[in-house]
Amino acid sequence: MTVQTAFRAGLLNPAHPVPEGLTDGHAQPAGRRYGVYRNNVTVSLRDALATGFPSLISLIGRENFDHVARAHLRQSPPTSPLMMHYGAGLPDFVATLEQLEHLPYLADVARIDVAMRQSYHAADSTGIDPTLLQSLDEESLLAARFGFAPSMILLRSQFSIGSIWHYSLRGGDKPSGHPEDVVILRAEYDPEPFILGTGAGDVLHALHSGTPFGEAIELGGEDFDLAALLNLLLSQHAITAVDH
Amino acid sequence: MPDASHAFPHLPHLPGVGYKAQHFTDIMTDPAPVGWLEIHAENYMGDGGRPLAQLRVLSERFPMSVHGVGLSIGGEGRLDPDHLARLKHLCDWLNPASFSEHLAWSTHDSHFLNDLLPLPYTSATLTRVADHIDEVQSLLGRRMLLENPSSYLAFAESTYSETDFLAEIVRRTGCGLLLDVNNVFVSATNLDYSPQGYIDAYPLDAVGEIHLGGHDEDEDDFGAPLLIDSHGREVVDPVWALLDYALAKSGPKPVLVEWDTDVPDWPVLADEARRASQALSRVLV
Repeated sequence: MTVQTAFRAGLLNPAHPVPEGLTDGHAQPAGRRYGVYRNNVTVSLRDALATGFPSLISLIGRENFDHVARAHLRQSPPTSPLMMHYGAGLPDFVATLEQLEHLPYLADVARIDVAMRQSYHAADSTGIDPTLLQSLDEESLLAARFGFAPSMILLRSQFSIGSIWHYSLRGGDKPSGHPEDVVILRAEYDPEPFILGTGAGDVLHALHSGTPFGEAIELGGEDFDLAALLNLLLSQHAITAVDH
Repeated sequence: MPDASHAFPHLPHLPGVGYKAQHFTDIMTDPAPVGWLEIHAENYMGDGGRPLAQLRVLSERFPMSVHGVGLSIGGEGRLDPDHLARLKHLCDWLNPASFSEHLAWSTHDSHFLNDLLPLPYTSATLTRVADHIDEVQSLLGRRMLLENPSSYLAFAESTYSETDFLAEIVRRTGCGLLLDVNNVFVSATNLDYSPQGYIDAYPLDAVGEIHLGGHDEDEDDFGAPLLIDSHGREVVDPVWALLDYALAKSGPKPVLVEWDTDVPDWPVLADEARRASQALSRVLV
């Protein structure tokens, strides 16, 4: 076994004995000195996770979050030095935890936390001039495919995740309990989650997948408010290209 | 976009601070006495957004130092080619006045452990670290600085002192050194040697930058003092004294105050930088 394999073995496993060959600089065994590294690794990864999950922490409390984070980081340490991406697997992990089964919406709300961070670091882009859509004739508009900002992220859920996210961090009305689709949009540098109206999630999902505009808006159903969706996307500079 | 025309070729012999986004407005309004800034490379490897936008603005006004914390130069495995490519992209884009990394490892079997872990100082590890530094310098097309670690333990198998190990790395690779005097104080206390003796043996000619920061106090199983490098509070007086000791021998250098956890409001950090400025002015007299 190499030196680093032996050193690594106990870092995320408190039951593992201190590796051999480590001293206090003289003849004494290293003992709890090794524990400093063990503690540094665990605490730094736990804190890195905590940075990314403000709403999850608000919903279950920091102490419970720390237990969840510790279990997750021991099972799934990061595979990249980019801590901004660490935690993308935490919502799936949360969904597997029996002790959180009574809060079935938690994983999907945590996905908003993940998406907010992804959006924050996503590439910059420029929204189209809103008058561009009005300048197209009907046939061209219906055939058009839209390009979207890399910072736009659509999340769909059977729970009222947008309302729960808002309530957990900003207070306000209690969540309704109705399913909600949420889109994260970043007009400049600060991402914001918006709750979509009836049918808008289906339409936006289709547009984002490259479906022509005319075909996509048919998916919204009779209560779908096209003007509201377009106003939102245009005001947040989310549409970056119209290919017709 | 930053390019060579904006670039500051060297870090000035002034105090710098580790840049934190919450200080952006303060720094742009009145940075005194801070003359340059250091960023952690990995925090600026996203695709866009506010971090890179702020960096673009800062780099037009201040000499910048890119300080990597994730390359795992002391690792047993090969350097991560994806991470090296990201580092090259950042350095080519920003054209910083300095790039530095640590004598430590943080990645093993593809897991990143987010800490600066220690290695034994032997002929084999020396060759490996030197090879890794050659690879980094060759890819980036620039000389890098290597920072001495904070140590909490030692390896029975080590055959080099840390200062001899660093001196030999400098000789083999032509890299420079980042002397962290807080790390010297922490390691010397923890492993029971003289911090001044360490500075005396250190290849000061190769130093391109000096760091200092705060540490926490604990003790080991036998009641011996065990200092923890935390970067979460003011620099203590004995570390300021060690800075004076090092500067008196090395001459003026760029001096950086690091404060990474429980980050204070700007005036507190600026006061620490002012203290570094006073230390530098004592050398110039």
